[in-house]
Amino acid sequence: MPVNEEFQPTIVAFCCNWCSYAGADLSGTNRMQYPANVKIIRIPCSCRLNPTFILRAFQRGADGVILCGCHPGDCHYTSGNYFARRRMTLLFSMLDYLGIERERTRVEWVSAAEGAKFAATMNDFVATVTKLGKNKRLEDLRCSKA
Amino acid sequence: MQQSVKEKARALLENGTVSRVLGWKKGEFCYDLTPSVFTRVEEVDRDFVYSDFSGANLSKYLISESKKNGKVAAFLKPCDSYSFVQLLKEHRICRENVYVVGVACDGMCDPRMLEEKGGVLRVEARGDTLRVESLYGMEDVARKNLLLERCRVCKSKKIVLFDELLGEQGKEAPAGDRFAEVSKLEAETPEERFAFWQKELSRCIRCNACRNVCPACSCEKCVFDNPKSGVANKAAADPFEENLFHIIRAFHVAGRCTDCGECSRVCPQHIPLHLLNRKFIKDINELYGPYMAGSDLESKPALLTYDTGDCEPSVVLTRGGEQA
Amino acid sequence: MKRILLSRLNALFAALAGKEKLYIPAQDGSGNASYTLWREGLILSDSGNTNRSAKDLFFPQVENLVGFRVSGKEIEMIETRDPAEAFILFGVRACDARSFELLDRVFLTDAKDTYYENRRQSATVVTMACSRPEATCFCGNFGIDPAEPGGDVSCWTEGEYLYWQANTDKGEALTQGLPLEDCESEKVDAAKATIRSMTEKLPLNHLDLSGFDRKHMLQIFHSDKWAGLSESCLGCGTCTFVCPTCQCYDIQEFNDGQAVRRFRCWDSCMYKDFTQMSAGQPRPTQKERFRQRFMHKLVYFPDNNDGLFGCVGCGRCLKRCPIHMNIVKVSKALKEETV
Repeated sequence: MPVNEEFQPTIVAFCCNWCSYAGADLSGTNRMQYPANVKIIRIPCSCRLNPTFILRAFQRGADGVILCGCHPGDCHYTSGNYFARRRMTLLFSMLDYLGIERERTRVEWVSAAEGAKFAATMNDFVATVTKLGKNKRLEDLRCSKA
Repeated sequence: MQQSVKEKARALLENGTVSRVLGWKKGEFCYDLTPSVFTRVEEVDRDFVYSDFSGANLSKYLISESKKNGKVAAFLKPCDSYSFVQLLKEHRICRENVYVVGVACDGMCDPRMLEEKGGVLRVEARGDTLRVESLYGMEDVARKNLLLERCRVCKSKKIVLFDELLGEQGKEAPAGDRFAEVSKLEAETPEERFAFWQKELSRCIRCNACRNVCPACSCEKCVFDNPKSGVANKAAADPFEENLFHIIRAFHVAGRCTDCGECSRVCPQHIPLHLLNRKFIKDINELYGPYMAGSDLESKPALLTYDTGDCEPSVVLTRGGEQA
Repeated sequence: MKRILLSRLNALFAALAGKEKLYIPAQDGSGNASYTLWREGLILSDSGNTNRSAKDLFFPQVENLVGFRVSGKEIEMIETRDPAEAFILFGVRACDARSFELLDRVFLTDAKDTYYENRRQSATVVTMACSRPEATCFCGNFGIDPAEPGGDVSCWTEGEYLYWQANTDKGEALTQGLPLEDCESEKVDAAKATIRSMTEKLPLNHLDLSGFDRKHMLQIFHSDKWAGLSESCLGCGTCTFVCPTCQCYDIQEFNDGQAVRRFRCWDSCMYKDFTQMSAGQPRPTQKERFRQRFMHKLVYFPDNNDGLFGCVGCGRCLKRCPIHMNIVKVSKALKEETV
């Protein structure tokens, strides 16, 4: 995996327990590779993702945040991802409005069977964020490493 | 109108329709009115004022006032009535304890506009002009130049819900100028937008006036006051915390905010907070269809419902504005 | 007495900034005056007093106290104190200049607050007489004369000139080498007379504050007026944060991932969780919190400080309170409890 040598972004991936988390597992058991920069946080459903979590991730040093959930229509709880979809659309639009790079946040639907998609998504997201460079606009100076 | 509102307040107390009246109390000057509850006719005679400076939205006070014994009368201007209906919809107000008097409104004046003139002692209404008398002289000012921002781009003159109406029922205004400033920002580059918001938000002193005055911000305990939430940040004037507070606050009222403009009216540092709320309103209108919070009791706010054909969040990458 | 043409203020600021860091009231993004670090070309604001008070420079909203780093069983203390750099605070009005005296009484007696002390000692205060007081000004009630603003150096503007008079040794030292010319003080005397005739006309400058003392303390405390006065208070912190004499703070900690920083930040008696203890909140409703603020300014503070009220009449709370409730209205309403 060719990643920029100078800059290694920190990526936080919030993964739904019922699909993407299993998808990540599958990509692992299939020995598909994705960068070690991705830190996975398991959540019970994509709609558990409170917008505060995303901002907190940026505060604590994340350079990109991605949410992975079940494909629309496949939510374990019927409709959670539909709500998540609206929330994230509005939140991302607001971040863009505040001048924060819009490629730093992403939502991708990954099922438990899509191990390959999970790895590909992460590879692509890491590459995108690497190109953007360090998160400067939503950083907390108190937390940045000296 | 000013006199008929006062007479109505008097009559409602006198004939026993209500036991309390929520209105505005006169201050040291003509422009520093305080929201107040009147229980006696003599108090109304002495202190009740309805004037060009009765801008304060009284709806939020009804959350607590409607839970007390007896009925309370509230004078609601058109935009206040939207907040009132939104709160009713959220089951925050006991409807049976409130007697709503809708008051037609031509816009309210902003005391801050007077501040710029310096030393203002008195303001006298003369039709469309106001005679402003200050320590440094007298001046006639067009009323429209003293209006609050929200009144200059008034969203609606319709009083959504009332038991009694003073003046004439109005209509919703065509959605024109209200989003002009948002559109202007959207058209800028991300660098410009970032610089703009840093300049504005860095003035925040975290006094919480915007939150405490907001009718939609009526949580029993705000996440920012709760030390267990992990994001409580009392008075911490730090660039990140300011971003966090204002983004989350705007997000939490998204779809419920009626754009009553109180946040911008009260901000002691003059931060244009309405531009955050209006961004959400504009996005909701464009992405999920026109929606006006507080315009009825039935419809669901955009974030409490969904459609299987909704756009994907990646729409942000391609719609409007400059690319990063 | 010395003077300089107002058109040459920039040269004066450049000379001052050459000595020490210089803060002047300049217009901020919203058009209000705000103390700003001077840089070439920054213009002195002419729009009234600053939106925030001058206390910010001595008692900032957030201030690091100390840091800790834990490794194993060792706790290492980290110095996070801002180095107290000498600075000049230009354009302070008489009200704010008096507020420093009140803050000194809190921070510099008994246990000295060294953070505050450092800043006070490294500052040279240049005050400015008020040529255009506002209708909300009421400093006269507290024996403050806006024509004699005090500080290390006092300034007046009259006609085309800025007049400059050093009051202290620090002020004299600052005056050395500045592009000022010597002059007579007649013009300034005339300016003072104009200011005083103006302050006579201020509508709130003649409040009757007699009786707000220990003798009437309980009577005022138990007054049934408080419920009405506080009923529409939103419980925000605006009045306390713009106030030049409010000095309550909270100490909190922030874990930045590598170390814990202990910092203090302003707190407000209007907040629900102010002085909250494990046993609960000693002032359970907004009425008690509201009462605390005004009792402190009007009764407790003077009782502890030789009759000096905890208010300087700057009028910021009158302008900024979202519901326009303020110390003038409160003192007028409670006046009848003091007879």
